[in-house]
Amino acid sequence: MTAAIVLQVAIGGLLMGLIYALVAAGLSLIFGLMDVVNFAHGELLMLAMYATFTIHQALGLDPLVQLPLIALLLFGAGAAIYRGLIARSLAVRFNTGMVQVFVTFGLSIFLVGAAQLVFGSDFRAISDGVLSNRTVAIGQVVLPLAQVAAGLICLLAFAALVLISRTEFGRALEATREDREAVALIGIDRDKVFSVGWGIGGAAVGIAGVMLSNFYYISPTVGSNFALIAYVTVALGGFGSLPGALIAGVLVGLVEALTALVMDPSLKQVGIFAIYVLVLMFRPRGLFGRL
Amino acid sequence: MRRPGTSNVIIRRRRRELVVGAILLVLFVLLPLPIGNTYLRGLIVLTLLYAGLSQGWNILGGYCGQISLGHALYFGIGAYTSAMLFTVLGVPPTLGMFAGGILAGLAALLVGWPCFRLSGHYYAIATLVVGMTALLLVQNWDFVNAAMGITIPFRADSWSDLEFRVAVLPFHYVMLAYAAVAWLIAWVVEGSRWGFYWRAVKDDATAARSLAVRVFPSKMAAAAISGFITGVGGALYSQYVGFIDPDSTLGLSLSVLIALPAVVGGVGTLWGPLLGAAVLIPVQQLSIAWLGSAGNGIDLMIYGMLIIALALARPQGLVSLLGVRSQAGGEVAESA
Repeated sequence: MTAAIVLQVAIGGLLMGLIYALVAAGLSLIFGLMDVVNFAHGELLMLAMYATFTIHQALGLDPLVQLPLIALLLFGAGAAIYRGLIARSLAVRFNTGMVQVFVTFGLSIFLVGAAQLVFGSDFRAISDGVLSNRTVAIGQVVLPLAQVAAGLICLLAFAALVLISRTEFGRALEATREDREAVALIGIDRDKVFSVGWGIGGAAVGIAGVMLSNFYYISPTVGSNFALIAYVTVALGGFGSLPGALIAGVLVGLVEALTALVMDPSLKQVGIFAIYVLVLMFRPRGLFGRL
Repeated sequence: MRRPGTSNVIIRRRRRELVVGAILLVLFVLLPLPIGNTYLRGLIVLTLLYAGLSQGWNILGGYCGQISLGHALYFGIGAYTSAMLFTVLGVPPTLGMFAGGILAGLAALLVGWPCFRLSGHYYAIATLVVGMTALLLVQNWDFVNAAMGITIPFRADSWSDLEFRVAVLPFHYVMLAYAAVAWLIAWVVEGSRWGFYWRAVKDDATAARSLAVRVFPSKMAAAAISGFITGVGGALYSQYVGFIDPDSTLGLSLSVLIALPAVVGGVGTLWGPLLGAAVLIPVQQLSIAWLGSAGNGIDLMIYGMLIIALALARPQGLVSLLGVRSQAGGEVAESA
């Protein structure tokens, strides 16, 4: 095992970690905003991937060109989920926390079924995009172009998220998070803030999905694996913390890649879960979380 | 907190519950006799199994309010322990199921130890991750045949081995006994000191602590009982189906399916898991049989929509339709 291989694997893991970070940021945003865990988060990623695939097949639009379109589409999906299901489950007077968990679980099962109905269970892939089958070489390290682009775009999207959190709207988000009753008194429409928050969370997943579809297989259940990693990432970084999601995402990507190097690749997630358990024992609120 | 005189009301209500439980038991003993259809009998067997499993989940998730999304772990431990003891050492599953249940209870304590420091969604996610880790490890563990699973060999018709040439009718009574014992355990703990502790912890852990309720040990007790019941259910399942593999005994969808009957029927209620299983399991199984056999996903869509609709329309559970008072938190469920 030469240093070049280790470096190659580590950079690959780092790039994957940036995707994990963006997926986790969407989840973390929603959690931080209203203490709701979206158990259909992975299925939003799956939707974005299938949407990219379908538009690519039908219109021949390259995934890269589709970025703004899919982001907008998933923004709409996120906002619609909030308006249609989450607002309702928050209005419930009994077992609110539990209703929210199982409503989003029901949604995730429904979406997997819908994808199976429309697309079948076969694995799909986009193999003729602009980024497909190309590599970049930096010294001895050779990386697939699609993965490099995905890492960079996700990093950019992450930066956009941080910028949004600093705008007027970001402050409204923050205020609504602090006290959802009081913001109504200063003229902030709570429902609107929440649905935009869900929209942004959806758009983040949408961008990750587009970039992922350039080099990752697409199937109805592809989301569950990414969702699981997103939960671990969010718990690791601290619920509701954006910088936490970035650092934890990269950490998870690195650990996953390096575990696959030293252990059987089918066990690559054991490394991630091991750090999660360590964090759970010694720092339950995560690296950057507020308790 | 309790007005004088209410204790009599409670004693009377609990006595009534026992009577209703006994009547139901008799009905279920007789139920398969007029039903000739094997598929329908099998459906009732599964419903009884999930009624028992969910009753176990309800002790931790309902009474004590700790929403576990990793109960498949305890189910899997029960199933694998009993199956390994039987196939490798020849230990009869009637004993193996207790070994599986005890191991599952111990596992629940081990999981609870770090996880009970977390609350709400943090706890739910931690249990989910622990469950998925176990799935991943068992999928790669050659000693238990990894992802290939274990086939339980048929030796002879035997009650001690829980093996029958025609399994549906005997297993009706096995699962009925399981569901009945799980119900009885729930009935006993509901009226015990633990039951009151759990409800206090669920309502407000800080307030409970200030009233000298030992929160952590209470949660651990709920976890151990809950894990034990779930583990025994896993062992019975492995004998009934004759084959176990990591996906069917440790997957996330199983964890959700164990929790759902209680959620749909009424969390923290004695009858909720029974009622929820009676509604949910037939709908889920029939939609698989009628619509999902081609793998087209319609069954999943119906199942998902049903969960959403029931959770939103009846958040207090289907028991509220019967005018049963929720025992958890003491809200009057019928008022909503």
